[in-house]
Amino acid sequence: MSELSYSPEEMMVVAASRLLDPDDVVFIGIGLPSKAANLARQTHAPELSMIYESGTIDTKPTVLPLSIGDPELSRTAKAVVSVPEMFNYWLQGGWIRTGFLGAAQIDRFANLNSTVIGDYRKPKVRLPGAGGAPEIANFCNRTLVLLRQNPRTFVEKLDFMTTVGMLHGGKSRQGLNVPGRGPQAVITDLGILEPDAENGELVLTHLHPGVSAEAAIESTSWPLKVADQLVETEKPSTKQLEILRALVPSEESNVAELIPSTADLE
Amino acid sequence: MTEFLELTEAVKRYVKPGCSVAAEGFTHLIPHAAGAEIIRQGIRHLTLIRMTPDIIFDQLIGMGCADKIIFSWGGNPGVGSLFRLRDAYENGVPHEMEFEEHAHAAMANAYAAGAAGMPCAFFKGYRGTQYPEVNPKIRFIECPFTGEELTVIPSHRPDVAIVHAQRADRQGNIWMTGILGVQKEAVLAARRSIVTVEEVVNDVDESAGGTVIPRWAVDVVCEARLGAFPSYAEGYYDRSNAFYQKWGEVSRDYHQFLEWMELYLLTSDDFTHYLAKLKEDAYV
Repeated sequence: MSELSYSPEEMMVVAASRLLDPDDVVFIGIGLPSKAANLARQTHAPELSMIYESGTIDTKPTVLPLSIGDPELSRTAKAVVSVPEMFNYWLQGGWIRTGFLGAAQIDRFANLNSTVIGDYRKPKVRLPGAGGAPEIANFCNRTLVLLRQNPRTFVEKLDFMTTVGMLHGGKSRQGLNVPGRGPQAVITDLGILEPDAENGELVLTHLHPGVSAEAAIESTSWPLKVADQLVETEKPSTKQLEILRALVPSEESNVAELIPSTADLE
Repeated sequence: MTEFLELTEAVKRYVKPGCSVAAEGFTHLIPHAAGAEIIRQGIRHLTLIRMTPDIIFDQLIGMGCADKIIFSWGGNPGVGSLFRLRDAYENGVPHEMEFEEHAHAAMANAYAAGAAGMPCAFFKGYRGTQYPEVNPKIRFIECPFTGEELTVIPSHRPDVAIVHAQRADRQGNIWMTGILGVQKEAVLAARRSIVTVEEVVNDVDESAGGTVIPRWAVDVVCEARLGAFPSYAEGYYDRSNAFYQKWGEVSRDYHQFLEWMELYLLTSDDFTHYLAKLKEDAYV
């Protein structure tokens, strides 16, 4: 990989950003999804509508937000709505086309765990929990999942079902009576996996440049299915890398200037 | 009618041991000054309600103020873990607590239902997830008109809601702008409400945008400048991303956390003094 002029994570973010339609309406969490969406908006999708669960609609941040409620998001938004309105009207109401998700564990049907590692009551690791994910997965028309691929994350069995993907495969998701079609792609640092149209199981369909199918198989705890025709992902362009590297959270805050010194208080 | 009180007095009068306290503010306008005051007064056995526990509840949990927490996303936004929450959940430090866990949609609906005087909220949440197995308050009913299965959870009716806002006028009308989260819903759902504000002005209304909560829906207003730090108040000051990042180190170890809280928070005269000490030692 040393000859590559970009990191596996940059490849992953660029590949995810390309999957957004030019006029997509996308619900975004913080971290890599936020980078991917902001990159898309600054490249092939200038009309992209970015929605953060804090209530900001059609926001156009110029710096990468560190949290989903950064002031940069409300200042550059077309509209700011309350959190109940966001979840009830806009998300549950079915207005959002694409939802981005991450997790600590994923299974072969792209179900996700972001709640606990180990037993729910006595876990090895208590993770942050659901946040908006269960309803993003069920009510966005489609979801895209961004995860680094390794055996600890790509597991045979989830420790907890936080968020539903293709459920148990086959037609089981339809039994949930939710409008969302579920995960359409899992973008990793190695390639892209897509659910099989018939049985819903993830199949490796794309490999990033320089990655072998064996590496993807070894990084997955279940026997990973590989498409007959594997496609090589297009490398990030110089322009994409340039924009992506400029997308960093702002460290600046004026609050220190407003706090008195201890000497002033005496 | 709204009463103007010092924050110390407001907390003493309304936040009693054993009561339920909703402290809202979705990343923005988190009422940190009020959280610090609860810690300073050593009020215990609280049921704490908040969508994103954030540093405010991480501090309260670590200081042993909470018996129970109701929440939907317990991380340090953009940084990682809330270590005091994790330690309480994983190891019962400083004591065993009850955790009632939800997703955001459920918490938002529970507040909205509480504000509307409803006993429960119904929506289409949790379908296919494991949450109903671990939280017995997540139940399902059939829609009497369509037969569709709907999710039901109890509404939030906290004893006290605490929120922070940009301004109040001299009559006690509250004005806030920017990301509004579930603050209004929390105030209306609660039996009592305390609103801390950046400043008190002559008059507020919605002609320049923002949202007003009328004075007759608010019990107490307290002036608390920079009272949302390390969160932010749109139009007044920015979020201290640096402090959120440093909080991971401060809070990772329980004993180190206790020493830090003693050094900075417990031995400060008030919230402003606490902030000044943080600034002096380059935490801001």
